[in-house]
Amino acid sequence: MLSYLLEKEFKQIFRNTFLSKLLIVMPVMFIIIFPYVTNQEVRDVKVGVVDHDHSPLSRRLVEKVGASPYFRLSDVSATYPGALDAVAEGESDLVLAVPRGFEHDLVRGEVVEVLVAANSVNGTRGTLGAQYLSTILSDYSGELREAAGAVPGAVLPVFRTETGFRFNPTLDYKVFMVPGLLVMLLTVLCCAFTALNIVGEKEAGTIEQINVSPVPRALFILAKLLPNWIIGLLALVFGMLAAWLVHGVTPTGSLGTILLFAVLYVCVVSAAGMVVSNYSNTMQQAMFVMFFFLIIFMITCGLFTPIKSMPDWMQWCVSVNPLKYFVQALRLIYLKGSGFAELLPEFAWLCGFAVVFNVWAVWSYKKSL
Amino acid sequence: MAAVSATHLSKSYGKVQALQDLSFTVEAGELYGIIGPDGAGKTTLFRILTSLLLADSGTAEVAGHDVVKDYRAVRNVIGYMPGKFSLYQDLTVEENLHFFATVFNTTIEENYHLIADIYKQIEPFRKRLAGKLSGGMKQKLALSCALIHKPEVLFLDEPTTGVDPVSRKEFWNMLLKLKRQGITIVVSTPYMDEATLCDRVALMQHGKFLGVDTPKHLMEQYPETLWAVRSDGMHRLLGDLKAYPHVRSSFSFGAAYHVTLGGEGNPEELKAYLETRGHTGVEVYAIPPSVEDCFMLLSKNTGDER
Repeated sequence: MLSYLLEKEFKQIFRNTFLSKLLIVMPVMFIIIFPYVTNQEVRDVKVGVVDHDHSPLSRRLVEKVGASPYFRLSDVSATYPGALDAVAEGESDLVLAVPRGFEHDLVRGEVVEVLVAANSVNGTRGTLGAQYLSTILSDYSGELREAAGAVPGAVLPVFRTETGFRFNPTLDYKVFMVPGLLVMLLTVLCCAFTALNIVGEKEAGTIEQINVSPVPRALFILAKLLPNWIIGLLALVFGMLAAWLVHGVTPTGSLGTILLFAVLYVCVVSAAGMVVSNYSNTMQQAMFVMFFFLIIFMITCGLFTPIKSMPDWMQWCVSVNPLKYFVQALRLIYLKGSGFAELLPEFAWLCGFAVVFNVWAVWSYKKSL
Repeated sequence: MAAVSATHLSKSYGKVQALQDLSFTVEAGELYGIIGPDGAGKTTLFRILTSLLLADSGTAEVAGHDVVKDYRAVRNVIGYMPGKFSLYQDLTVEENLHFFATVFNTTIEENYHLIADIYKQIEPFRKRLAGKLSGGMKQKLALSCALIHKPEVLFLDEPTTGVDPVSRKEFWNMLLKLKRQGITIVVSTPYMDEATLCDRVALMQHGKFLGVDTPKHLMEQYPETLWAVRSDGMHRLLGDLKAYPHVRSSFSFGAAYHVTLGGEGNPEELKAYLETRGHTGVEVYAIPPSVEDCFMLLSKNTGDER
């Protein structure tokens, strides 16, 4: 009986022109294309230069900035207000102003002030750009100090900050995003498929026919959920392969732990989809309700912005967001190589969600009749 | 033994009383028609009898099983065809039939003899998706699916609504055949002409049965003589009929008005009256009442009580 119910579900999924295409398109979008899109690295920041000094040293500074892959010299103005006008017109994002006497002061070992002004309409671009620029400036001053240090008797103290990034040494944004995108893929796929599936039977009226048959309810629900679990896990395998082949992102931790978490998580989201479909009468309604919750869950799950930087009350609310725990777990496994023992809290939370949503799903299914 | 028995069934949706203290029995092997307009409560009644809905009060038994306590047993012995076409549109004819055979723990082969007559007509299209069938063929497939597990009682909720007249006739012929095989059939329909084919009909309105009887007896019991009235100006005629003091009831029925006369009224006088009102080609003749006439009379009487 179960095998026949499953056969029917798969036939329906593959005959549905829209859903079967979605099955292919969604993993491709999420894992192959999105990591390029959600990249938050700042490149090609347009820099306007105001050089009041016109000395070899100031020219070297400007060349150094222009040689960086992050910056592009876009404007050279004679005066600072002129450079600001260029910012206003969108010609440049940053202004680097070199004061008169720059070389003179530098050679004499005095403190030199260089002005960096950033257009922060696009906050990330402005602040990150300004940060990159300061890094270049301090590098430059370091170089000059070293050069000066070679002169006997003029030993100057040299400070150098060495920042090492652990677990993602090159700060590659993709390494950080891919696990999160895998979570999103599983969530949207499993939740949407389950929600639409049952409400679809309601809309077609076929659920009545099933209900007057002696098929036990649990079996019917299982036959609805199993294909979604299988689809979800296949999508995960595809996603992980694509992440490896296209982006070279592989998990540091064990595949077994990932699979364990994925199975658990798929149980949670498909049950959540069931709950939505039990309370909806039409596919339209189910879609809207689902997307309302999905958007909230996705924005607050810590994928795009760190949860720690949210207000305290929001952090409390977020602790009932199942996505948060799966994102956390998957990132820790992927980047840090955490084992099961370290992920116990996440595992416990997800188990809790699985129980709550599945009980709710069965209960509301009975209620909806 | 009664195939279906209901006692004091009531169900309301908020303020709307869908069923009001309804009691009736259907004998085994009977073709039982429930006739009533939209909103009479027919579908609610079917859903309670097929264990899909709980009544607010009252009990019902189908084939000796209580629809609430023994709902599992009930589901094994009934076939239900809801008003809306509700098979899988994205499965083929054959797959639908196979699916419903499987969920009822049987096979197509086992009960093929029951559906052979009906299924043969759609078998040439067995590889076609159910959603791409014509209306009449959909009904045949739905009936096949409802029959595949050899039910004792068949519930058909408005099976012929939206089906062309030829297919309707065919469909009723199939029902009569099934009846001969000993299956109890409870069928609802808004079409009064189909009622004459039933063994007994219940006239339903506002969640109540107005009367239950054989179609023949219902018509014989019609208390008055029914007159059909026609003229060349049919549109104007209804107003003039209503203005005539001795006309008790009149309503449009196909190409004529069905009229009952009270007290002093007689057809010759009516004819003369209409001619004085400028009607030409006036015809007044007695006709045997139909089930619809009985329904109109009964619903008019209960309307007066309110």
